[in-house]
Amino acid sequence: MASFSSPSPASSVDDTGLVVHASEIHKSFASQEVLKGVSLDVVRGEVVVLIGPSGSGKTTFLRCINHFEVPNSGVMQVNGHLIGTKLDRQGKRVEASAREVATQRAEIGFVFQHFNLFPNRTALENVMLGPIKVQKMPKEKARTVAIDQLTKVGLANKIDRYPAQLSGGQKQRVAIARSLAMNPALMLFDEPTSALDPEVIGEVLSVIRDLANEGMTMVIVSHEIGFAREVADRVAMFDDGQIVEIGTPQQVFDNPTQARTKAFLSKVL
Amino acid sequence: MLISTFQFNTTFFWHELLRPSSAFLGGLWRTVYISVIAQLLAVIVGLVVALARRSTLRILRGVAGAYVWVLRGTPLLVQLVIIYDGLAATDIYRFQDVTVLGVTVLASVQAAILTLALNESAYMSEIIRAGLAAVDAGQHEAALSIGMTPAQAMRYVVVPQALRFVIPPLGNDFNAMMKSTSVLSVIGVPELFFITQEISSSTFHTFEIFMDAALYYLALTTIWAFIQTWLEARIDRSWGIERAQRSWWASLRERFQDPKTLAIGRR
Repeated sequence: MASFSSPSPASSVDDTGLVVHASEIHKSFASQEVLKGVSLDVVRGEVVVLIGPSGSGKTTFLRCINHFEVPNSGVMQVNGHLIGTKLDRQGKRVEASAREVATQRAEIGFVFQHFNLFPNRTALENVMLGPIKVQKMPKEKARTVAIDQLTKVGLANKIDRYPAQLSGGQKQRVAIARSLAMNPALMLFDEPTSALDPEVIGEVLSVIRDLANEGMTMVIVSHEIGFAREVADRVAMFDDGQIVEIGTPQQVFDNPTQARTKAFLSKVL
Repeated sequence: MLISTFQFNTTFFWHELLRPSSAFLGGLWRTVYISVIAQLLAVIVGLVVALARRSTLRILRGVAGAYVWVLRGTPLLVQLVIIYDGLAATDIYRFQDVTVLGVTVLASVQAAILTLALNESAYMSEIIRAGLAAVDAGQHEAALSIGMTPAQAMRYVVVPQALRFVIPPLGNDFNAMMKSTSVLSVIGVPELFFITQEISSSTFHTFEIFMDAALYYLALTTIWAFIQTWLEARIDRSWGIERAQRSWWASLRERFQDPKTLAIGRR
């Protein structure tokens, strides 16, 4: 199983700067092995963009980080905590309870390709729901938090709109605000602009760019090569369930060493 | 002068229609409240059964499946007689009249509400199950992504959205429920059909009084159609979906003209 260990500055598990520590993640659906031993470390403040052909496992890997998918084997830690599993008194790995998983997920923002806004709630209510129900924040305070986040993504004047009354780009910005309202330590983006019309992609990317500039730790699955070049600290090239190449955007985009990376880039650039 | 008893007595018809006897009104009232209470109970029990059928516990799924299988697979009339007469005959349980806060609820009415609620809950569970399945899977994941437990996701995100898909078929069932209260006469519940039969046998104005009863049933189901249309429009509004330029009255008219409009609302 050739998998690239990341050349990130930190690679020990107990170090404080490590937000994501994934080691030898394997995942199969039925008889199809989708992840064949993926390892990746992400340090605090780092932006890692996952690229690669569809079916290469990048979305599945992203979903393993917040336990939407349960790896068949391997270690996944976020902020030093095992995700979805815990060690019992004998030091054996056992499954965590639904509540424990939920508590861990509350600190990991996830932005979906298709937004998944709650259609029966206004933009403001979408953003307020997590703080109220999960963090048990008083309504008035949650409202302030939600308005702040919506203002941050440029939607202060749309807080009372329902998702059906918003454009795709606006919906995705509400979705980002909904995640940010939980004050996450890590943001995961699953092809956040793939379902958008070309003319509104820019407004979503600019919100993500602002987050990068603020030092938010992010893992982004994206096909936007130009954007990846601009915001990524590192780019990981996935192919056939493995990271075949990882490095700075300059390394991966300008001087790819792997034939599969070159072949992929020749198609998308 | 010989007057044929087969003649339609217009005076009797109009009198009972416009100024119905208190017995007739009492029957009408029982029909209404038995239907409403049974339907409300059925929604609650149906939700529990629907959630049980989606449970990860196989035993729970099995019990809920058997519940629906039995209650949908046997006639309401048979269930009614088993619960009211059958249980009493074997001394398992005998319904008694009870007085709560000065209101007496007849034994037969209690059995009627219980049976209708159980019977309807089986159908409601299937309707709710379909409604839950109609909510996009991404909604559940979105709820989990902000740190909700699966139970919270169900309660705050999935169930409220399923309501939109549940109301149209629920309305259909409640319409049927109001009419099927007529079988309650078999165990002696003094509802609209039972009272109509009594008036019929004491006056021999069978045609007139049953026409009156039919018109009252029609009025009940029509009022319900209004309420249902209003409910659906209200839910659409709470999703930010305006029924474009269509008046309330127009959509009601459409409901009666075109059966296709009964189809579950658009996404």
